[in-house]
Amino acid sequence: MTAGVLRERLLVSAAALGLGAVGLALVLLVLGQDPAAAFRALWNGAFGSWYAMTSATLVRATPLIVLGLGFSLALRAGALNIGMEGQFLVGAIAATWAGLQFGQAAGPLAVPIVFAAALIAGALWVTIPVLLKVRFGVLEVISTLLLNFVAESLVSLMVQGPLQEVKGVYPQSDLVPAATRLPVLPGTRLHLGFVLAILLAFALHATYSRTAWGFRLKAVGASPQAAWISGRIASARMFSVALLLSGALAGLGGGLEISGVTYALFQNLSPGYGFTAIAVALLARGHPLGIILTGLLFGALEAGAGAMQREAGIPAVAVAIVQAAIIVVVLLADVVARRRAALEVLPEPEEQAA
Amino acid sequence: MDEVLLAGFLASAVRVSTPLLLAALGETLAERGGVINLGIEGAMLAGALGATLGATAGGLWFGALGAAAAGLLMAAVFAVVAIGMRADQIITGTAITLASVGLTGVVYREVYGTAGAGLSLPTFPVLPIPGLAALPVVGEGFFSQPAPTYLAWLLVPVTWWALYRTRWGLALRASGESHEAALAAGVRVRGLRVAATLIGGMLAGLAGGTLVLAQVGTFTEEMTAGRGYIAIAIVVLGRWHPVWVLGASLLFGGATAMQFLLQAMGLDVPYQLFLMLPYGLALLALAGGMGRARAPGELGR
Repeated sequence: MTAGVLRERLLVSAAALGLGAVGLALVLLVLGQDPAAAFRALWNGAFGSWYAMTSATLVRATPLIVLGLGFSLALRAGALNIGMEGQFLVGAIAATWAGLQFGQAAGPLAVPIVFAAALIAGALWVTIPVLLKVRFGVLEVISTLLLNFVAESLVSLMVQGPLQEVKGVYPQSDLVPAATRLPVLPGTRLHLGFVLAILLAFALHATYSRTAWGFRLKAVGASPQAAWISGRIASARMFSVALLLSGALAGLGGGLEISGVTYALFQNLSPGYGFTAIAVALLARGHPLGIILTGLLFGALEAGAGAMQREAGIPAVAVAIVQAAIIVVVLLADVVARRRAALEVLPEPEEQAA
Repeated sequence: MDEVLLAGFLASAVRVSTPLLLAALGETLAERGGVINLGIEGAMLAGALGATLGATAGGLWFGALGAAAAGLLMAAVFAVVAIGMRADQIITGTAITLASVGLTGVVYREVYGTAGAGLSLPTFPVLPIPGLAALPVVGEGFFSQPAPTYLAWLLVPVTWWALYRTRWGLALRASGESHEAALAAGVRVRGLRVAATLIGGMLAGLAGGTLVLAQVGTFTEEMTAGRGYIAIAIVVLGRWHPVWVLGASLLFGGATAMQFLLQAMGLDVPYQLFLMLPYGLALLALAGGMGRARAPGELGR
C-alpha cells in the first residue's frame, strides 16, 4: 500500500468517524438533549481514568478486535459473515460447558480446553451456512443472520436447562472454576485476552501479507473466476475455509468473554458485538493492524456509551447510529474511489512475452 | 385434536403471518427489480415505532400512516446509498437496520421515558365477515381478523397484477433480470428500482405497525426480532411470486403458532425450541427454495 493510499484511507476513516459523531449530535439536538454533555460523559467513560481505560475500553475492545478480524477474514474470500453474534454466543456456551466440565481436573490445560471448545463451536455453527451455500447456493448473509436468533434461544435454553446454576434460581450458569479464568492486570478488569487479540491481529497480518494462502484468499475474494483460471484456486473451498475460520474466531471471542470477563453464561451476554465488529472491520478496511485501532475506538465508544446513559441519560443504543453512519460513509467513499479509478486512464498493459 | 384448539391455532397462525406477508410482498417487488434490501428489518422496527407515535397522537389509522411513513424513510435512505450511489446492498441494508435500532431506541426512551413505562395502545378491532366468520374451524382464523390482515390479503392479487399485468411490472422484472437489456429497451432501471424499494419499505413499515396495532398493543425495543429477515426467507420460499409468498407466510405463521398449540396440548417441551422453529424452518426453506426456483438474474448487484 502506497503512502498516498494509506493517507487517503485514514482521511476517509476520520471523516466517517466525524460524520458519525455529527449524526449523533444532530439526533440529540432534535430531541432537545445537550450533545456536549453527552460527549463529555462518553469521553469520561472511555478515557476519564486509568480504570475506565483498562476495565471498560480495553475490555470491550477485546471481543471487537477478535470479531472484527473474523469478519474481515471471511470478507477477504468474498463471504459476508453477519452471524458472528450467534457464533460468539455458541462459543460462549461451549466455553462455559467445557469450563464447568473439565476446568477443575484439567489444571494448566483448562484454558486451552475452553478455547478449543469455543473455537470448535463457532466453526460448527457456521458449518450450516457453509453447507447451505455450497450445496444449495443459499446466500450466507441470510443463513448466518437467521442463526443469530437460534443462538439467542439456545443460550436461553442452556441457562434455564442443562447449564443452569446448581441452585436453580436465576437463569445463569455457575461460575467457571478459577483454573479456566484468564489472569487480569491487578487492580483492573483487563485480562490476558486483550494481549491475545493483539497477537492474533499480527499473526493474521503476517499470514495475509507473507503466505501463499493469504494471497489465494485475496485472489478468490477479488475474482473467483480469475483465481481459478490463472491459478486453479478452488474458490468454493477457499470461501468455505474462510467462513469456517471466521466462525471459529467469533466463537473464540465468546470463549474469551467467559474466561476473561463474566466467568458465567447468561442471556444478553453480548451487547451486539457481532454487529459492531462489522463496523470495526469495515472502518479498518479489513487490515488486521487497522482493526486493532478501530477495535479500540469502538471499545471506547461502547464503554463511553454506558457512561453516557448513566450520566447524561442518553440511551446507550444511540451509539448504533454512529456505527451505522460510519459504515455508510466508508461504503460511499469506496464507491467514489472506484468511480475515480474507472475514470482515470488505464495504465499501459505490460509487454507480454510471446 | 379438538375443533376449538384447531380453530385457535389457525387464528393465531393467520395473525402472526400478517406482518410477515406485508413485509414479504414489499420485498418481492424490490427483489423482482434486482434489489435485496436487508434494511426491511430496520424499516419494520421503525414502522413499529412510527405506529406507536402516530397512534398516540391521532388514533389507529394515524398510527398506520406513521408506520408507513417511517418505513418509507428508512427505505429512502437505503435507496439513496445502495441504488443511487450503487454501494453494496447487503452491507447498506445491515447499516440501515443498525441505525434503526439506535434511532428507535433513542426516540422511544426520549418520548416515553427511560423506564419504558407500560405503554398501552389501542389495537385494531376484529372485523368478522358476516356469515363466513361463523364457519366451523376456518371461520375464526380466516374471516374474523383485524383490518390489516384483510389489507395484506388484498395486496396479494394487487401485487400479482402489478407484476404480471402492467407495463410497470414487466419493466421492473426486466430490470431485475438484466439491467443492460432493460436499459437498451428504454427502461429507466434506476427509477423503477427506487420505486419498488420505496414501496417495499412502506409495506415493511406497515408490517411493523401491524405488529404493534394489531397484535401486541405496545412498543418494545428491537421488537421485530428478525421478522424482516424471515420475510426475506419467505420471498425465496415463495419463489418471488405473490401467491406463493402468501402460502409461505402462512407456513411461517403456522410454525410460530405451533408453540401455542403444543403448549395448549400440554406437551412438556422447552419453549425455546419453539422460538427457534421459525428460523430453522426459514433455513430449510432457503435450502429447498433455492433449488427449485431461480432468483432474479441481477439480485443484489
